[in-house]
Amino acid sequence: MSDATIEVAGLRKRYGPTTALDGMTFTAAPGRVTGFVGPNGAGKSTTMRIILGLHAADAGQALVGGRPYRSLRCPLRHLGTLLDAAALHPARTGRNHLLWLAQSQGLGARRVDEVVERVGLASASRRPAGGYSLGMRQRLGLAAALLADPPAIMLDEPFNGMDPEGIVWLRDFLRALAGQGRAVLVSSHLMSELQGMADHVVVVGRGRVIADSSVAGLIAAASGDRVRVRTSAPQPAAAALSTAGAQVTRAGDDVLAVRGLPAERVVAVLTAGGLPFSELAPHRATLEEVYLELTRDAVEYRAAAAGAAS
Amino acid sequence: MRLLRAEWTKFRSVPGWVRGSVVAALLILLFPIAGLGGGAPDQASPVPIGPHGGPVSSGYFFVHRPLSGDGRITVAVSALTSVRGDGAATPWAKAGLIVTAGPEPGARYAAIMVTGGHGVRMQHDYVHDRGGRPGAVSADAPRWLRLTRSGDTVTGEESPDGERWNEVATVRLPGLAATVQAGLFVACPQHVEGIGTAGDAATAAFGAPRLTGGWSAAGWAGDQVGAGTATFAGYPRGTTGSFAPAGDGFTVTGAGDLAPATRSELPVGAAAGDVLFGTFPALVVIVVVATLMITTEYRYGMIRSTLSAGNRRVRILAAKAAVVAGVTFTTCLVAAALAVPLWLRVVRGLGVYVFPVTSGAALRAEVGTAALLAVAAVFALAVGTILRRSATAVTTVVAAVVLPYLLALTPFLPPSMAVWLTRFTPAAAMAVQQTLVRYPQVDGLYTPAAGYYPLPPWAGLAVLGGYTALAFAVAAVLLCRRDA
Repeated sequence: MSDATIEVAGLRKRYGPTTALDGMTFTAAPGRVTGFVGPNGAGKSTTMRIILGLHAADAGQALVGGRPYRSLRCPLRHLGTLLDAAALHPARTGRNHLLWLAQSQGLGARRVDEVVERVGLASASRRPAGGYSLGMRQRLGLAAALLADPPAIMLDEPFNGMDPEGIVWLRDFLRALAGQGRAVLVSSHLMSELQGMADHVVVVGRGRVIADSSVAGLIAAASGDRVRVRTSAPQPAAAALSTAGAQVTRAGDDVLAVRGLPAERVVAVLTAGGLPFSELAPHRATLEEVYLELTRDAVEYRAAAAGAAS
Repeated sequence: MRLLRAEWTKFRSVPGWVRGSVVAALLILLFPIAGLGGGAPDQASPVPIGPHGGPVSSGYFFVHRPLSGDGRITVAVSALTSVRGDGAATPWAKAGLIVTAGPEPGARYAAIMVTGGHGVRMQHDYVHDRGGRPGAVSADAPRWLRLTRSGDTVTGEESPDGERWNEVATVRLPGLAATVQAGLFVACPQHVEGIGTAGDAATAAFGAPRLTGGWSAAGWAGDQVGAGTATFAGYPRGTTGSFAPAGDGFTVTGAGDLAPATRSELPVGAAAGDVLFGTFPALVVIVVVATLMITTEYRYGMIRSTLSAGNRRVRILAAKAAVVAGVTFTTCLVAAALAVPLWLRVVRGLGVYVFPVTSGAALRAEVGTAALLAVAAVFALAVGTILRRSATAVTTVVAAVVLPYLLALTPFLPPSMAVWLTRFTPAAAMAVQQTLVRYPQVDGLYTPAAGYYPLPPWAGLAVLGGYTALAFAVAAVLLCRRDA
């Protein structure tokens, strides 16, 4: 087990009648960005709090580099975290916030200046944190996570409140951290934020893992053998393809989505029937589509539960 | 150590908390200004000082004649009553024999006497008291008293019949002149009633004095001693000091006392503890700062950063406690150590009598005040950890620590309740500021408002320490068990 691995196995947690975690299991491996996505209330923050030993799990375990977080002597040297960027005393300067964190890990003020520089907060760091924008707070939180140069980093919704420029910057930043061999676990409730950055995605809903896969694998699995056909004769074409064993759905006025037949067979069937088509392409699902598909149940469940409760 | 540095950085980087500590120290140092508003009390009459250097009551009716060299006086006392004694006498009403260096207030003396409620006593030089046979006197059960002067020693004896004598005590009066004044005396201290005192006077019936030794041939002279002194309360309306022949003896009426003076006799006197009453507003500021140190962490969600940066939660709490206690103790010790000598000097300069305080007792009051505030800060921190909400925690701590303190200092509170508050609540810690001495042979108003506390100084602080240890233990357990 690498020092950098974050490993969660069979976590269960109830708050009164609410089940927050129901057997949460996944691993964030070193050298890659692991996206941790799911709708609000899926158990992402609870999982992270349990990893940090802030909350006690009813069952299961969470390990950082093979050890429970609570057993680590200088925990920030093993796992850097950003849970809530707003969690700052408004009268304390950003620099002093980092300074006490550094001192708690046996580090000095020089290290604080380094990370402040690295997240691009130098000019604001000597002002009280109460005046920071949410984006500045996110950068400060990121600086705190990097403070003790940990092999693993865990960020809860780091894109919240960031401007588009900041989002691009943070994506590159996290990719670079993973490139250095660190495990980077990033939660989000929007898959689009992770697209193009995450190597691996853990999709959660209702306190458990729905999908745990590389991004490429997830998209391939969701895309399956779907083919998009643009044709001026959609109805006869749909009939012919159905007869050949495909499931066909209309995806537009003159577009069909065909499932169950490889592209070569679709071409053969249409040609044999003398049906015109102007375009034919294997369909690639977006990560967002996959996510919406996967989490539909979880979201509907929450809506139903809310409806029943009111 | 790392946690301690981290918590220190946290503390010093919130300007409001640093300002709070400075304000608390300034309140201790400067708050006595508020007490000067009314100007100095008018206190023209002198305070008699006894041979031990402390203030004394030195007022009594004295029936005397000179005695040169050694000699003995013997007399029977067959009645002792006082105006407010309800047919008997106020417990510390005194009638008996006295040898004194002179009638000047504060002079050395030795006396044997019967009392209203404490039997026969041998007392000398105001602060020394030895008990003899208990019981009151009456015509059926008179008491014989005998006082023998030999050089600078004086022996007091008592007898139920004038035949069989029991020595009560032999005492030394160093440097006693060859010729002294000696004879009969009657004194009667003020009567303690509820939260106040009332003037009183006693009357005693003496038999014929029997004299041996170097007594002057002049007759008996009767004088009120100490009439103009600050510690003499005077006579109740309608009475006056007097002596009159009755049979072959005398009837003597007197008021006043021969005893160390307490606040009851010297209400305008100042004590070292008085000039530390800035402790009260400082306490309010300190508990607010200490409570906010932890409750703001909960309010802003900082607590998760704190707990995930260090896994040993009890140590984190201990580091916070050490920081707030250390800061409070240091700043408040400096303030208290400056305030006591400064303000005592100012008060003396205004002509107010200041009760004597040993440098040890003054130091203890200063260090104790700083310790009281430091321990109270830890108490507030612990309560803040338990309750997590600023408003609730501050209210609770103020109700638990500041309120009993304030109530106990209210002069109108029944003394029994003030004593209860300063014995069992965190306000017991105020005892560290006590520099006044209480005497069992003086019935005074020994209330916290007057500067007297029921517990010894460090025991009082230990009561607050006990509450703090308990709160800290509960806070530590909850901090470890609760999800953050």
